[in-house]
Amino acid sequence: MINLLTPEFLFTVIRVTTPILLAAMAAVICNKAGVVNIALEGIMLTSALTGVLVSGFTQNIWLGALGGIVGGVFIAFLLAYFALYLKTDIILGGIALNLLTVGGTVFVMFAITGDKGATNSVRSLQFPSINIPFIQDIPIIGQMLSGHNLLTYLAILMVFLVYFLLYKTTFGLRLRAVGENPDAASSVGIDVNRVQLYALLLSGVIASFGGMYMSMAYLKVFTTNMVAGRGYIALAAAAMGQANPVGTSIASLLFGFMESLGYQLQSRGIPSQFINMVPYISTIIGLVLYAQYRQRQIAKKKNQKIQEEVKA
Amino acid sequence: MLKQWLKKQSVDSKFETLRFSVAIIIALLVAFGLILLVSKEPFEALRHLFLGPISKFRKIGNVVETAIPLTFLGLSVSVMFSANQFNMGSSGALFMGGTVAAIVGLTLPLPTGIHPFVALMFAGVVGGLITSIPAIIKLKWNASELVSSLMLNFVALNLGLYLIMNHFRDPDAGTLASFKFPETALLPTLIKGTRIHFGIFIVILMVVLIWLFLAKTKWGYALRMTGMNMNFAKYSGISTAAVILYSQFIGGFLAGMGGAVEVLGMYDRFRWQMMPTYAFDGVIVAVLGKRNPIFVPVAAILLAYIRVGADTMSVNSDVSYEMISIIQGFIIIMIAANAFLKHYRQKMVVKEATSHD
Repeated sequence: MINLLTPEFLFTVIRVTTPILLAAMAAVICNKAGVVNIALEGIMLTSALTGVLVSGFTQNIWLGALGGIVGGVFIAFLLAYFALYLKTDIILGGIALNLLTVGGTVFVMFAITGDKGATNSVRSLQFPSINIPFIQDIPIIGQMLSGHNLLTYLAILMVFLVYFLLYKTTFGLRLRAVGENPDAASSVGIDVNRVQLYALLLSGVIASFGGMYMSMAYLKVFTTNMVAGRGYIALAAAAMGQANPVGTSIASLLFGFMESLGYQLQSRGIPSQFINMVPYISTIIGLVLYAQYRQRQIAKKKNQKIQEEVKA
Repeated sequence: MLKQWLKKQSVDSKFETLRFSVAIIIALLVAFGLILLVSKEPFEALRHLFLGPISKFRKIGNVVETAIPLTFLGLSVSVMFSANQFNMGSSGALFMGGTVAAIVGLTLPLPTGIHPFVALMFAGVVGGLITSIPAIIKLKWNASELVSSLMLNFVALNLGLYLIMNHFRDPDAGTLASFKFPETALLPTLIKGTRIHFGIFIVILMVVLIWLFLAKTKWGYALRMTGMNMNFAKYSGISTAAVILYSQFIGGFLAGMGGAVEVLGMYDRFRWQMMPTYAFDGVIVAVLGKRNPIFVPVAAILLAYIRVGADTMSVNSDVSYEMISIIQGFIIIMIAANAFLKHYRQKMVVKEATSHD
């Protein structure tokens, strides 16, 4: 039997969930603003590369982080510009940018390093791991929660930040108003395009941390197409969490759990191809189960309404 | 009334041609700028990019060979997107189609002629089933077909690799590849000095059939109506659920068959170790070809030309092949930009209106 409740396993779950959680928070902001950001995948991939390159050449982790953010936000800006101002279908635009970045990152990597597989020749920096005082000394919990990468803690913080932004600030109120009903928002003087632009740019910043986590924490190099669908999994997580930061975090954790479970199975002689399928199959199953649940909720509500009407 | 409508049509189609040309030119200019930026000998690289495909007879052959799977993928995406479904499963269907064709080729002892036909049919059905899954999930539970189809691509890729590498791998092949296909399974090469194969007839047949289907049958009509306005289609008595199902099945069938044609026409073994780089090009071919089966092969040839050019360039210069993804991304995003050159369109309409009245 696989022992799932070891602190090591739960540590892995948190580690694997980090990039999905960050991208999912980016997706939450976009969904709330009524824009679909399919380009999360491309944003992550781009920031993963630019973060590595800038940190490698400047030998400064903070400049590297800035480089990653600039790279990711650039893709988000392209999406916003084409979708909001040139009226490209936002889904098609996102697909186009994802195609562009898969090859585009290899193009840039080859032009700078002469390598097409990975940025091994660049001496890039990593984000540090952090031991939390006091918590690290608690037996099991310390092993689980302490010693993670800085970006993992940022991801957890991000859940609260996004929640605060959406529900406690004027901008968040406007953003949700635009997402709920753009015409109504526009009639009270909210510039819909501008709010959606900010939402997309902000999602670019958050997803960039997810991308940099891949190449500057999870691994120590950028490799071709290393995001491997995590941007799409994040979209599924946001859909399952109904774009609520807390619900979305739970969904992200679930996908991280399934991926870690896959790694556990690897040592048990199951062919690697099946291990590779685990995150994607669990995403599909997750989407279906959630959709089923929601349909039942809707049916229940309808029934209640009918019964109330009958009573009345 | 009719005359005015015709007038508007002509402005629209003129404008469309202009918009497409400008989009392609801007994308090529972006490529040009990038090449200037990264290459030590940019003009040499550009020469290979643009003239490489017509430099040798063999290269012209390469353009045609590359255009065959691109046309299959373009038709596939055209049919699926025409029903207004963002189903991205073509690449998974292509990969599994190739896998199934390889398995049929290796396991069923069939005579020449019938063998590839059976392989193609099996591959098509499996491809169709793959792209039907997101459609079923959407119809039954209303979950996004875009995300589920993208996830399914990873599943199809790994399933195909598992089947070939664990059950049909030839340990003596030198590389990761299947056993050699028997002669009976192969699609014969047609023109000496190239690898242009019998698949070209199959793809032409498919273009004609899909055109007839979309333009001349009631199922094709129902499909287009559903794509244009789902509610309107529903109220006029079209079963939109059935339309979504058969459109996604046909789309996957085409992609699966394309994979089979590629594997049996171009290779003597199954040699894919990852998703072929062109597997996602169905989207750009469909967008460039305006989802019209007649334009799809033209778009596929244009794209194949750029691909072969980029390949020649990457072999002969210091610019990498992946340049083309940048060109392609820009082409899609600009062609899909409805407001791109909008002011120019208004000018054209005004000019047309004032010149005749």
